[in-house]
Amino acid sequence: MAELQAREPLIFELSKPGRRAGTQFPPRVKGSAEIPAHLRRAAPPLLPEVSELQVVRHFTRLSQMNFSIDTHFYPLGSCTMKYNPKACNSFAMLPEFLGRHPLGPEPQGFLACMYELQEMLQEITGMQSVSLTPMAGAQGEFAGVAMIRAFHRSRNDLGRTEIIVPQAAHGTNPATAAMCGCTVKEIPCDANGDIDIDALQAAVSPATAGIMLTNPSTLGVFERKITEVARIVHEAGGLLYYDGANLNAILGKVRPGDMGFDVIHMNLHKTFSTPHGGGGPGSGAVGVGARLRPFLPIPLVGKDGARFRWLTERDVPQSIGRLSGFMGNAGVNLRAYIYMRLLGREGMVRVAEFAALNANYLLKRLQAAGFEAAYPTRRASHEFIITLKRENRLYQVTAMDVAKRLLDYGFHAPTTYFPLLVPECLLIEPTETEAKEDLDRFCEAMIAIRREMEQEPEKLTSAPHTMPVRRLDDVRAAKQLDLAWKPAA
Amino acid sequence: MAFIPHTADDVAGMLDVIGAESIDDLFDEIPRDLRAAALDVPQAMGEMEVGRLLTERAASDGRPLNFIGAGAYEHHIPAPVWAITTRGEFYSAYTPYQAEASQGTLQLIYEYQSMICALTGMEVSNASLYDGASALAEACLMAVRANRAANSRRILLPRTVNPTYAQVAKSIAGNQGIVFETVDFDRSAGRTLLESLQPYTGQDVTALVVQQPNFFGNLEEADQLTDWAHQNKILMIAVVNPISLALLSAPGQWGSRIGGNPGADIVCGEGQPLGVPLAAGGPYFGFMATRMQYVRQMPGRIVGRTVDAEGRPGFSLTLQAREQHIRRSKATSNICTNQGLLVTAATLYMSLLGSEGLSRVAAASLQRTADLVARLSGIAGVKPAFTAPRFHEAVLLLDRPVAPVLAALTRRGIFGGLDLTDRYPELNHALLVCATETKLDADINAYAVALTDIMKPSRAAA
Repeated sequence: MAELQAREPLIFELSKPGRRAGTQFPPRVKGSAEIPAHLRRAAPPLLPEVSELQVVRHFTRLSQMNFSIDTHFYPLGSCTMKYNPKACNSFAMLPEFLGRHPLGPEPQGFLACMYELQEMLQEITGMQSVSLTPMAGAQGEFAGVAMIRAFHRSRNDLGRTEIIVPQAAHGTNPATAAMCGCTVKEIPCDANGDIDIDALQAAVSPATAGIMLTNPSTLGVFERKITEVARIVHEAGGLLYYDGANLNAILGKVRPGDMGFDVIHMNLHKTFSTPHGGGGPGSGAVGVGARLRPFLPIPLVGKDGARFRWLTERDVPQSIGRLSGFMGNAGVNLRAYIYMRLLGREGMVRVAEFAALNANYLLKRLQAAGFEAAYPTRRASHEFIITLKRENRLYQVTAMDVAKRLLDYGFHAPTTYFPLLVPECLLIEPTETEAKEDLDRFCEAMIAIRREMEQEPEKLTSAPHTMPVRRLDDVRAAKQLDLAWKPAA
Repeated sequence: MAFIPHTADDVAGMLDVIGAESIDDLFDEIPRDLRAAALDVPQAMGEMEVGRLLTERAASDGRPLNFIGAGAYEHHIPAPVWAITTRGEFYSAYTPYQAEASQGTLQLIYEYQSMICALTGMEVSNASLYDGASALAEACLMAVRANRAANSRRILLPRTVNPTYAQVAKSIAGNQGIVFETVDFDRSAGRTLLESLQPYTGQDVTALVVQQPNFFGNLEEADQLTDWAHQNKILMIAVVNPISLALLSAPGQWGSRIGGNPGADIVCGEGQPLGVPLAAGGPYFGFMATRMQYVRQMPGRIVGRTVDAEGRPGFSLTLQAREQHIRRSKATSNICTNQGLLVTAATLYMSLLGSEGLSRVAAASLQRTADLVARLSGIAGVKPAFTAPRFHEAVLLLDRPVAPVLAALTRRGIFGGLDLTDRYPELNHALLVCATETKLDADINAYAVALTDIMKPSRAAA
């Protein structure tokens, strides 16, 4: 069973007036500089007053209230919770890298890494150019759709404002289209998880700006009609956007550029193993084919002879512009670069192979244990979907209950209720870095939970039992908003 | 094999369960003609070799003495900050969707939100955004949703706001029909003048952006500007430096009480000064805070304190109905992540420094910059550009082009500041310099000695 730290008071509750971590205070500087009285702060901000040891202990304890890849198997579908190699962090935190101001003269050592990263990502995706500036997947998506719009505008083709997305798409896809001033047209998938070609044919028109697709799709299967999809959209004058949030299943096996895509974004925090950090920072590099190259977000890294330099407005005058204060999440990109050098050409192909092996193995074992696959006739990609609609009917337990019960068994829950169109679903992605024994232990937990479902379902419906807290009252959280600590009156 | 634990026996056994002959069979749904050829990327390297490569590249970038600020500031980072932040339980955890297994991250974000509220004088904070520039873009989009009195989608953007922030706001918010109107600054004081806003009095305007301290390091008359905005039913967006807030009036207190509406309406900024290294530009984080009445218009994740099934306190993500995974195309933003790891660092930093430590850092930075400006202004051909009071940055005017001077300083291991020629050509040879608490007397002296030498008349002639 999982063992986590129980409760920890708020840091404000540890505070005592006059206590401090004095070593961290800078020396006082002699001089008469001061802020004019009318601009000065009236009362000091209410921050905690604590010792250095109290801080270290408090946040160490908080960390121990978390599941993480370093401590637990984390089969969270569509999130790619693979091992984050320690070397990637250690080398990215070399003091010269950390101390570098972004507006100083162009750092050749750092830029060499970024330039090579651009080139490797181009090769892996089959694209012509890459920009590393988007700071997360959603910003990469934004950049992708903004480039599609800029492309149509540059041709004076102003009526193309519709973005087609499959119903199974991630929620960021339609939200992104809206942020770019586009309207969204959703199209269905067929019973085997492929795009409904007739619906696509009916959806395209002179208003089509493009289509946003993931392949393998969010249903965990490869979109087999991709060449036909590309033909239909291109013939209608639209462009193809590849939501490459996750390339784990296709690395070295198939390249989005070869499938006909015009633009792709990549979540480097998934495939290229940069840390999720409890919710960021991510990095959402974008790659484009020749037609969208002039519109890439800046800055890019270019090379003049042996010298690396930033490419800016002057070099890319039609760019969709800047998306961050400097150059995106530079340190995240550096971690991805280090990871790719550690993997090399052989290692990258193995990522896809072993991600697929682990996913297909886990799928077969769970099917053998009586769980129902959402797409039983299909290969799993790097992930797959189990639907609990039958268990829901028979035992009145939900996917959420199974997810919460898994926490008690020491496994992070799979993704639940995504994609929305499969009822009571668990989206399971083991990743390539898990050993067979860990997959087997997960299966045994699922088998045990299945038994509980039949014999004592309340064990599931009231789970988790061993976490620092039981299920939380989300309705109360949203109605009686308590979003910041305030001192007792 | 890098990070892959499978033995040959494992593979054979697993394929047997799957009923496949080989791993390659698992890819049989990909059409043959689409299969990729061997990738043309470098061969794998071991950790030792990669370590050697990266160490050499880092060393080639060196460790110059840095006097550049302009939105990213070099402060001392206490050792516990990254020692704890890089603990695997923080570093390798996912977004806290499974609240019961993520109470550590959730409580930390709640503490972070509380500290941001305390610093800014606002009622609610989100769990962070990507960086300061994109936070301003999101603040502009939020203002359009929040200001129901305005229909124009017009936002007033003074030229004293960081020009890159303005560019980013246009790239991100421009697609949604937001129009940014430029507001000029007073050439002698170096701050936004109330008079330059007069043409907009009584007009349909959504929001006014004020950066405090402004891009030049000067202090704006925030109270006057806030009052003017509120008198004209315009929302006030404050862009602030969190360290400066230890000394400067909190945005929540700006202005006088007009129509029961004191203070800024949306506060955002770059969180990097709070324990995040410069690191060539990122990852940093943006913070955002507002008043309770606008909380449903705020983008990004928010953590709330609630109770569990046994009535014990606990934390969870809340108000998710605003977000993309529920609202899809009608969400407040497409934002999906925050900058969790950086928020972890910042929360540790703020806890270690407390309000007294932060005000010591701010006061030392204020004094060091004053010392730097005094020393450099004593050099022939160097003078301060503006008269307004400052925080920890200043614009200097040189009697010659800035770029060659900066290049000469770089050769001596000094990053002497940011050349403003491209951004503000009319200022004529303007240089933006910054000194934080990390710059000691000897550092300021080294800069002054080097600049004196470079600015010698004989050298200018040569």
